[in-house]
Amino acid sequence: MLKTGTEAVLRQYWRQTLLKGMVTVMAGIGFAAAIFGGMIDAYTAQVLTLGGINVIAALSLNLISGFAGQLALGQAGFMAVGAYTTAFLLMRLHIRLFPAIIGGGLVTACFGLVIGFPTLKLRGDYLAIVTLGFGEIIRVIMVNLESLTGGAAGLKGIPSFSAAILLRPGLSFIWVYLFMALTIIIMVNLIKSAPGRAILAIREDEIAANAMGINIFYYKMFSFTLAAFLAGIAGGLYAPFFRYLNPTMFNFLKSCDFLIIVVLGGMGSITGTVLAGLVLTYLQEFLRIVNDYRMVIYPVLLILMMLFRPSGLMGNREWTGWPSVVRPFGRINSRRGVKGGEVR
Amino acid sequence: MDFWPQFWQQIANGLALGSIYALLALGYTMVYGIIKLINFAHGDILMLGAFGGYFVLRRFGVGPASAVGAFLTAMLLCAGIGAILERFCYRPLRRAPRINALITAIGVSLFLENGARILPWLGPDYREFPALSKVNLEFWGINISVVQLLVFIVSVLLMASLNWIVNHTKIGLAMRAVSFDRDAAALMGINIDRVISVTFALGAALGGAAGILYAADYPQIEPYMGVVPGLKAFIAAVFGGIGSVPGAMAGGFMMGVVETLTKGFLSSQLADAIAFGILIVILMVKPAGIMGKNNSEKV
Repeated sequence: MLKTGTEAVLRQYWRQTLLKGMVTVMAGIGFAAAIFGGMIDAYTAQVLTLGGINVIAALSLNLISGFAGQLALGQAGFMAVGAYTTAFLLMRLHIRLFPAIIGGGLVTACFGLVIGFPTLKLRGDYLAIVTLGFGEIIRVIMVNLESLTGGAAGLKGIPSFSAAILLRPGLSFIWVYLFMALTIIIMVNLIKSAPGRAILAIREDEIAANAMGINIFYYKMFSFTLAAFLAGIAGGLYAPFFRYLNPTMFNFLKSCDFLIIVVLGGMGSITGTVLAGLVLTYLQEFLRIVNDYRMVIYPVLLILMMLFRPSGLMGNREWTGWPSVVRPFGRINSRRGVKGGEVR
Repeated sequence: MDFWPQFWQQIANGLALGSIYALLALGYTMVYGIIKLINFAHGDILMLGAFGGYFVLRRFGVGPASAVGAFLTAMLLCAGIGAILERFCYRPLRRAPRINALITAIGVSLFLENGARILPWLGPDYREFPALSKVNLEFWGINISVVQLLVFIVSVLLMASLNWIVNHTKIGLAMRAVSFDRDAAALMGINIDRVISVTFALGAALGGAAGILYAADYPQIEPYMGVVPGLKAFIAAVFGGIGSVPGAMAGGFMMGVVETLTKGFLSSQLADAIAFGILIVILMVKPAGIMGKNNSEKV
C-alpha cells in the first residue's frame, strides 16, 4: 500500500472520521439496546442521563475557561435560559423536542452575545465576578417573570421526551447521548482547527497572540457565545428530563459544580471533563445520603487539586491511546523532556 | 410631602448598612491591593465573626462588657482564621496563574459555608442573635435605633484605626510598599510573608467586626449569611477603586445608601439586581473605580 496520495488520504479519513463515527454510533445503539433489553435499569439510565447533561454543561465551561482561559462562573444562568426557553417552546408553542432544544440553545447564545460584549473586555478576576453577577441577575429575572416562568414556585408539567420514554424512562439517555456526542464532536473539531488554535493562543499568552494578529475580542466572544449555546442545550435537556423547573436549581452552587468537574478532569481536556462529569454525577447519587459531607469534601478536593495538581486528572491531554495516560504517570521526574544539555 | 422624611430615613438606614459594607470592602480591597486576589471567602469571615460574637453573647449575656468581649473575640478569631487561610491556601499559589488562586478562593468559601453547616454547634438552622438594645431614638422625625447608631460609630472608629495603621505606622508603610511593588519591597528588606499575613489578618478582623455589626442589624444568623453581603461589599470595593482604602469606605457607604433607597422606593427584590448592575456599569465606564489609580499594564 502506498503511503502517499489517495491511499493515505483514505486511510486518514478512515481513522479520523469514519472509525470514530462508527464507534460513536455503535456505542449509542449499544446503550439503546442495553436499556431496551433491561440490562441497564431505569435508575442507572437516569443517573447516566443526568451525568450526560452535566458533561455537556461542563464542556461548555471547559470551552470558555479551559481552552480560552477566561474563567466564567455564570454557566448555570445560561442553563436556566436554555431550560426555560425550551420549556416555553414545548409548552406554549408546541414545537417538537429537537427544534425546541436547539431553539433554547440559540436563544441562550443570543444572551451570551449580549452579556459577553461588555464583559469580555475585562481582566480575568473581574470577568469571573461579572459572569457570576449575570448568572444571579438571570436567576432573579426568572423569578420575577411570573407569567413566563412560573416564578419562585417553578414551572410544572413540561412534556417529556416522547411517549415511549414514559414507558421506559431510561431512554432519555439516548437523547442526551445524542447531544453529548454532538457537543464532543463540535469541541474536538473546534480545538483542532485554526480558530481553535487562536483560542488556545489567547489562553497561553494574550499579548503575544495579539501581536501575532489574532483578534482577541472576536475569539473570546466566539468561544463565549458557543459556550453559552452549549450550556443552553444542556439546560434545554433539563426541561424534558426533570419536567419541573425552578430558578433555585440554577444558582451559583450549580456553576460551582461544573467548575469542580472541569477542574478535577483537567481544564483544557475534553476526555477529562467527560470522565469527571460522569464520575462525579455518579458519586453525587451514590453519596446522596451523606450529601452534607459531600458539600464539604468537594471544596476541599478543589483546594487540594489547586494546590498540588492544578492540571487536574488529565491536564490538557486528550485520549490518544493508552500511552497518553500511562506515560505521564510513569515518570518520576515531572519536568518532561528536559534532558542534559537540551535547551527547552 | 411624605417623600422627604422617608428619604432621610432611608439615608440614615443606608449609612448604617453602608458602614458595614465599608468594613467588609476594606478587607477585600486590602487583600486585592497586596496580592491581587479577590478573596471570595471574605463574606464567610463575616459569618464566622457573627457566630463568634453570638456564642460570647449567649455565654455572658448582653451588656457593655460582654459586647466589647464579643467584638474582641470575633476580631481575634477572624484574624487568626484569615492568617491560617493565607498561610495554607493562598501562599503556595502566590506564583501560580491568577485563575488558580481564584478557584482556590471559591473552594475556601464553599468549604467555610458548608463546613459551618455540618458542624453540629453551628448547623443549618437560623439562630437569633441577641439584641444589643431595643431602644429607638428619634431625630427630627427620623427613627434611628441605638443599634444602628452603635453600628455606625463602631464602624467609623474601626475605619479610623485602620487608616491610622496604614498611614502612620511602620507596618502600614510596609503594606503600602508591598502593594506597590512586591519585589522592590522585598529587596528593601521587608518580610513579604509577614506583611501579607498581617494584611489578611487585619482585613479579616474588620470582617469579623462587620459580622457582629451585621448580626446586630439583621439578627438572623446562619451559615450562608455572608454570601450576599460579601458580594455587595466586593462591588462596593470595586466601585470605590479596588486597592484604595478610602475608595472602599466611600464605596461601602454608597452601596448601603443605594440599597436602602432601592428597597424603600422601588422593590426589595431589585436591590440585588441593581447592585450587580452597578458593578457592570462601573466596570464598563471606569474600571479603576471612583478613587482608583489607572494602572495600565506595561508590556
